[in-house]
Amino acid sequence: MTAITERIDVPRRSWRPGGDSGKLTALVIFLPPALMLFTLFVVLPVGEAAWYSGFNWNGFGTPTRWIGFDNYRFVFENKAFLTAFKNNLLIIAISLLVQLPLALALAIVLSDRFRGAVALRMVFFLPYILAEIATGLIFSFVYDGDYGLLAAIYRWFGAEAPHLLASTTTAFPAILLVIVWKYFGFHMMLFIAALQGMDKNMVEAARIDGASRWQVLRFIVIPTLYPTIRLSVFFAIVGSLQLFDLVMPLTRGGPADSSHTMVSFLYNFGVTRMRVGFGSAVGVILFLICVTFAFTYKRWFMRHE
Amino acid sequence: MSESTETVPFTEDGFGWVALAKGAFLALVVLFVLTPLVATVLGGFKSLGELRTNPFGLPQVWEWENYAGILGTSRYWQLLMNSMIISTLTVVITLIVASMAAFAFAHIKFYGSAMLLNYLTMGLLFPAATAILPLFIKVRDLGLLDSYLGVALPQVAFALAMSILLLRRFFRDLPDELLEAALVDGCTYINFFRYVTIPLSRPILATVGTITFVHSWNAYLIPLVMLNSDSLYPWPLGVMVYQGEYSTEWHLVLAFITLTILPTILLFFFAQKHIVAGLTAGAVKG
Repeated sequence: MTAITERIDVPRRSWRPGGDSGKLTALVIFLPPALMLFTLFVVLPVGEAAWYSGFNWNGFGTPTRWIGFDNYRFVFENKAFLTAFKNNLLIIAISLLVQLPLALALAIVLSDRFRGAVALRMVFFLPYILAEIATGLIFSFVYDGDYGLLAAIYRWFGAEAPHLLASTTTAFPAILLVIVWKYFGFHMMLFIAALQGMDKNMVEAARIDGASRWQVLRFIVIPTLYPTIRLSVFFAIVGSLQLFDLVMPLTRGGPADSSHTMVSFLYNFGVTRMRVGFGSAVGVILFLICVTFAFTYKRWFMRHE
Repeated sequence: MSESTETVPFTEDGFGWVALAKGAFLALVVLFVLTPLVATVLGGFKSLGELRTNPFGLPQVWEWENYAGILGTSRYWQLLMNSMIISTLTVVITLIVASMAAFAFAHIKFYGSAMLLNYLTMGLLFPAATAILPLFIKVRDLGLLDSYLGVALPQVAFALAMSILLLRRFFRDLPDELLEAALVDGCTYINFFRYVTIPLSRPILATVGTITFVHSWNAYLIPLVMLNSDSLYPWPLGVMVYQGEYSTEWHLVLAFITLTILPTILLFFFAQKHIVAGLTAGAVKG
């Protein structure tokens, strides 16, 4: 017995040659695949984007026409990019002002145990797992001025249906509605998960002490959800910055480039035209926005998590 | 919200106004969520003419041939097959590569461990779109353009950060005594990983696998950029092409959409637990 305990208590035997239980072998086999894949397909491309963004290059041969920061100037002078940037801000606004309160309200209602609550959660979560492409196509049917659901509703009232996606003023608001439809269930689930972890005794105690339903909500439930709300806001903003798939089936950024997001702008003006330098500049701008946002947000709002 | 009902603790809502408002609210949201989906599925059973006059209701005549026609061609099955190959490749490679790295970060003490982990988790900070052009050039230079692997490998690379974090957390929570006892008995790290860690980690492997699968199955941008041949297209690209060809024949497009989202919906019903746990709790912990 003593021998065994002694051996367990030996700190770590890695210094003894050959007696390291294959630690070095394990490291040499386990780490490189992940590090190589990540470096090759994530880190290097980001670095290269910064490098390519200094060139006027169509992607063939090697980049030679160095134009400094001109690509960035072209990006910022491009009206469509500014519209795309504004659209990204609109997505953030709608996520915070409509989607988040909706998700929160549903989570609070559905965290009560009643028959069908779990089934309803699943129904509300369903849009989130559908592909953006399928969602976009479904809604391009909904919005269709001839065959769509909206057209039918207009006809009931004897009105001529508008082609929402074909007008510069309504195309992007129509996309915003799809965003709420698709993503509120995800945020609702975050809130439900947090509510399930909540201390029920506090709520019961408050009710016994005569707190009203509203007071319980305002002073106990919502404050316990603050960390989750901060997280939900984080996901909403990060998600809005990378929105692309939904735009393609609905409008492809049109009409007249009015409904681009930054990524669909990048795809349309950089990738399809193989303007590598210009597209890379957009990518670098997007990268800087994402990283700056993530660091600032984590520092300011999520210090304790 | 009258005071009298509020101050009584533990009264169930019964049929009060609060319950009624809640019910109405829920019914409205259910309508909002399900109407487009149900109309899509039913629309696939209608003729084009009927779709125009009756987009909401049940079909007067069920046009089974819309669906049968699509299921009878190789086009639909080819798309699903391509998606299945790409997603399976992505999931298998992600699970192998991420679990090995996560094990090293969870159980092996070595110089630079924290630094390397930070390096890998940088991947959480930005989307693949930021570097899509250099990524395209990289994949082209590697000769992987227009191949399943050219789509799968970048997807793996972008899935690694989250997967490693989730797996590492789970591995660390396995009892330390197991590893210590095994090492004392002369077991190597690699054998411990192979014969103890992996068999004990089925739940988290299932969760990470499901998240990766759903993302890969639904992905659009990376396959769009990396693939040229229709014969390799996964379904999100294929359904876009189909819609482009039959743009005015909405009844066919709706049937095609329904059939392509069917696997996702089936998976959702069978793997609800893993999907919800993975996509929400996973996101929180990552």
